[in-house]
This record gives sequence, C-alpha cells and structure tokens, in this order.
Amino acid sequence: MSDRQYDAELTRAGAGADTVWTKATFYARQYPLGAIGAVIMIVFVATAIFADVVASFSPFSTNPAQSLARPGGMHWMGADVMGRDIFSRIVHGARISLAVGIGSTLVGGVFGVAIGIASGYIGGWFDLVVQRVTDIMQALPLLVLALVMSAALGPSLQNTIIAISIPLIPYVSRVIRANTLALREQAYVEAGHAIGLSEWRIAVRHILPNTLAPLIVISTAQLGSTILTEASLSFLGLGVPEPHPSWGRMLSESAAEYMRTAPWLVIFPGMAISLAVFGTNMLGDALRDILDPRQRG
Amino acid sequence: MLLTLFGISIIIFALLRLVPGNIVDILFDSAGMVNPADKVRIEQELGLDKPLPMQYGRWIGGLLTGDLGYSYVSEKSTIDEIAPRIPVSARLASTALLFAVLIGVPLGVISAVRQNTWIDYLLRVVSLSGLSLPSFWLGLLVLMAFVATFGSIPIYTESPRTFGEAILLVVVPAATVGFRSSALIMRLTRSSMLEILRQDFVRTARAKGASAASVNYGHALRNALLPVVTVIGIEAAFLAGGLIVTETVFNIPGLARFLVESIRNRDYPIVQNLVMLIAVVVVTINFLVDMLYAALDPRIRYSD
Repeated sequence: MSDRQYDAELTRAGAGADTVWTKATFYARQYPLGAIGAVIMIVFVATAIFADVVASFSPFSTNPAQSLARPGGMHWMGADVMGRDIFSRIVHGARISLAVGIGSTLVGGVFGVAIGIASGYIGGWFDLVVQRVTDIMQALPLLVLALVMSAALGPSLQNTIIAISIPLIPYVSRVIRANTLALREQAYVEAGHAIGLSEWRIAVRHILPNTLAPLIVISTAQLGSTILTEASLSFLGLGVPEPHPSWGRMLSESAAEYMRTAPWLVIFPGMAISLAVFGTNMLGDALRDILDPRQRG
Repeated sequence: MLLTLFGISIIIFALLRLVPGNIVDILFDSAGMVNPADKVRIEQELGLDKPLPMQYGRWIGGLLTGDLGYSYVSEKSTIDEIAPRIPVSARLASTALLFAVLIGVPLGVISAVRQNTWIDYLLRVVSLSGLSLPSFWLGLLVLMAFVATFGSIPIYTESPRTFGEAILLVVVPAATVGFRSSALIMRLTRSSMLEILRQDFVRTARAKGASAASVNYGHALRNALLPVVTVIGIEAAFLAGGLIVTETVFNIPGLARFLVESIRNRDYPIVQNLVMLIAVVVVTINFLVDMLYAALDPRIRYSD
C-alpha cells in the first residue's frame, strides 16, 4: 500500500484556498464553463465601463463617405448606412445592455424579494392574494408583457428597464417565498421569537440575509434573459430608442434591409448579444452549483 | 383558471389605458384633421369618451357574446382580423414544439447517459448557446444563408406550390423558434435523467442483470419524462415570445407579427383581444399539462 498524498488531495478539494486568487483558481478548475462565463462577463463589464477609451469613434458621429464601409482599415467591423463605426456602436451598446440588464434585474429583484419575504413570512390572506396575482402575471409570456408595457410607457431607456423588470417580479418573489417558508421553520427564528425580537427584525436581519444565495442564483440566471428581452424589444422598435446604440436596435430595420450587401451589420451586433447572454448563462450555471447545490443539474 | 383569466383581462385593460396618446390623436394627426368637433365625433364613435369601467364592461360583455369590436385601423371586425391568422401561427408553433421535443429529448438522454464525456460537454455547450442566441438573429442568419445559396429570400405564401417550398416556409422558421425550446428541453431531460439514474430502483434493475438499454430506456426514461411534460407547458409561453420576433423576421402574416403591428398603431381592440387570446391559450395549455401530469403519475391527485 502506497502512502496517500493527503496534502495533494486536500489541495484538490480546495483546502488552504484562502486568498482571492487561490479561491478563484480552485473554482475555475472545478467549473471550467463557469470560468469562461466569468471571463466573458468581466470583458463585457469592462467594455461597458471603459467604452469611451475602447471605442475609436463616437457611436453617434456619422460620415456619409464611409456609408456601408466594409470591415477592415479604419472600421474593422465595418460601418452602417450612416457611416457610423459598428465596433464603436457595439462597445457603447454594451453600456445599454448592461444598464438595462442590471437595472431591470435590480428593480425586479428588490420588489420580488420584498414581496416574496412578506408573502412567505406574513402568510394568511396576504400570501393568498399575492400568489393569485403572481399566477396571473406568469400566465402572460415575458416578451408579450414587456411589449405591452413598453408600448404603454413609451420608448425610453428608463421605461424599457421598467417594462422588463415588471415581468421579473413574480419569478423572483416565487423563489424567495418558497425559501422564506423553509427558513421560517428554522430553530434560529424560533430562538429569535423566544428572546422577544420583533417580527420585522427577524424578517429583515435573519431571514433576508439567508435568501441571498437563491437571489444571486436567480439574478444571474435572469440577467441573460433581460439582455435578450431588451434586444428583442429594441429589435421590434419598441425598446431603447435611437440614437442610443442598442444591439437589438442595430439589428432591426437597417440590418434586414442591407443584409444582402452588408452582412457585417447583422453578424457583429448579434454576436455581441449572444456572447453576453452566453457568458451570463454559463456563470449563472456555475454559481447555482456553488451556492445552491440542491438544484444541481 | 377563470379567476386567472379575469385578472389578466383587468391587467391588459389597465396597461393599455396607461398609454399617453390615444388612437384619436394619432388618427387626427395622420389624416391632417384640425377641427376639434371631428375629434369629439371620432371619440364618441369609438366609445373612448365613456368612463373606463364602462369601456371595460363593454369589452368583457363583448368577449362573452362574441362581439369583439372593430379594428381602429382597418375598421374590419376583430374576429375577421384575428381568425385567418390563427392557423398560420398555430402551424408554426406546433411545428416548433414538435421540433423542440424531437431534438431535445433524445439529446438530453444521450447527454445524461454519457455524463461527463466529451459528447456530454459538447451537447451542454450547444444547449447553452441555444439559450443564448436571440432567435431573431438566428432568423436573420438563416435568411442570409438563403440569400447566399439561392440568391433570394423565400416569401411567405398561404399555399406553397411544392413540397420543398412548404418545408422551407414552415419548417425553417419553426426550427429557428424551436431551437431555444429544444435547448431547454434537453437540459431538463438531462438533469431529470441524472436524478432518476441515481435512484434505488435503477440500481436494483442493474443488480438483477437488466441490460443497459433496458435500464436506461425502460426504467429511467419513462420516469424522467414526467418533469419534461411540465416544461412543455412552460415553453408554450416562451414560444409565444419567440414567434413574435420570428414572424417579424420571416415576414409571416401570423398573430404574433400582427400583435406588434397593432401595438405600434395603438389599435386597442386588436391588442387587448390578441393578448387575451394568448393568455387563454397559455392558461389552457398549462391546465391540460397539469391534467396530463396527473394521468401520467398516479401519485399526483388534484383533490382540493
């Protein structure tokens, strides 16, 4: 019998991974797809933050001489019919996508958590009413609801965020409610009652922090879908209005019209959407495995 | 179920009345009319001068008696506008769902049976990309491929002349919509299969010497398909979203594209009835799936 390499096995299992870097490499080895997703997301966020530095042109500056310029040279992803640089528009479009993605996930998350905890913790008729309303909201497809909402509110960046966040609330509140119902039966909640804590304090200080893991999981999962919804809305002309360089918008009228003569108008913005959503999906999958092992698929 | 539909009708109605400008303003501007008396007359004709509860009551009353009002734009009755578009979208949606199931279930099973092999990783990446590609982009790429190979884009016709044309006009758009659903069904089949394969009765079956095929398909798959049936109900709602963009990309004169057009034109009677129709379809499918689920799994009973 050979000696077992205890140290090596411990390291492989993640022991001694105390610094951020060793932790990161440990998780990256465990979840290679998640690591790829994380890298894509970091690039995506950095692009959005440093868009002004990364982009070589202003996303709005038009140049008739460069109309439908082929990729290469000055415009390495080509230019659109107004001579605007596609690469610069995609880089600035990352801001729009990220703003809508994070904005609507945040709004939907905050309301969803508040409603979910209240519904699960208070229970009774309040819970019943909330559940009914949630059922009703979920019977309408996300895109249909967002479409009607954004038409009702009018096209603007802010309204697009609201239109996408409303359909998210029932999804989030349902998950958080289920989690709250389970947490309510925990011994520490009973202990809290025993030492005379107020219901409010138990809900906010003891239940809320414990819903964080499922919240992170569902938020990352929803981030991709909000980015897709924004792209679809803008594609249909009911999302973020011109002149904002939204990826979905870039694919709408002009792209369909010039797809024969200028395929780069179709290819690059679509790649940007797909990559961003792919990144969030892979990261979301890995986060779910790490934070919520019961749901592991 | 009826309560849900009632709630949906209120939400739809309320949402559409949030719109700042109404149809009369738009009609007014586009027709170049300036006389305020005309405006009042149009508002009266369309019933927009009545209080909201009365407008709502008229709509619901009409829904129950089959009088759905008239399109503001074409002035045809709503039923005449919506009915001919139903088969177009229904055919597209059912082909898409069929495609999704036929692709998603077998690939999910393969992925689960060969867990953690290269084929599993490959299929997982493919399914994740299926969830990430916007279906309108996929549609545009397909159209570009058409242009590259045939030099032209197929234009939708009601009665395709050849079998090949029928395939192109229905199956290709359906596959574009169904790709996303197939990815979701594949992921679910995979995780459901993996869960079942870990259970005791599977180990027992293996222990008594049943062949791998008999265990995988005879024992495991039959049980693993139960949650997949539910997701098909959920996918019905997602498909509606997919149809909206796909019908727009492929220029298919179905319900979903009509919805977008009507929203742009602020054609309330059409929009509210169409959204209501979508809700009825989704709620009905979910109800049927629940029933089917109970029929497939005798442990589930809806007694209360």
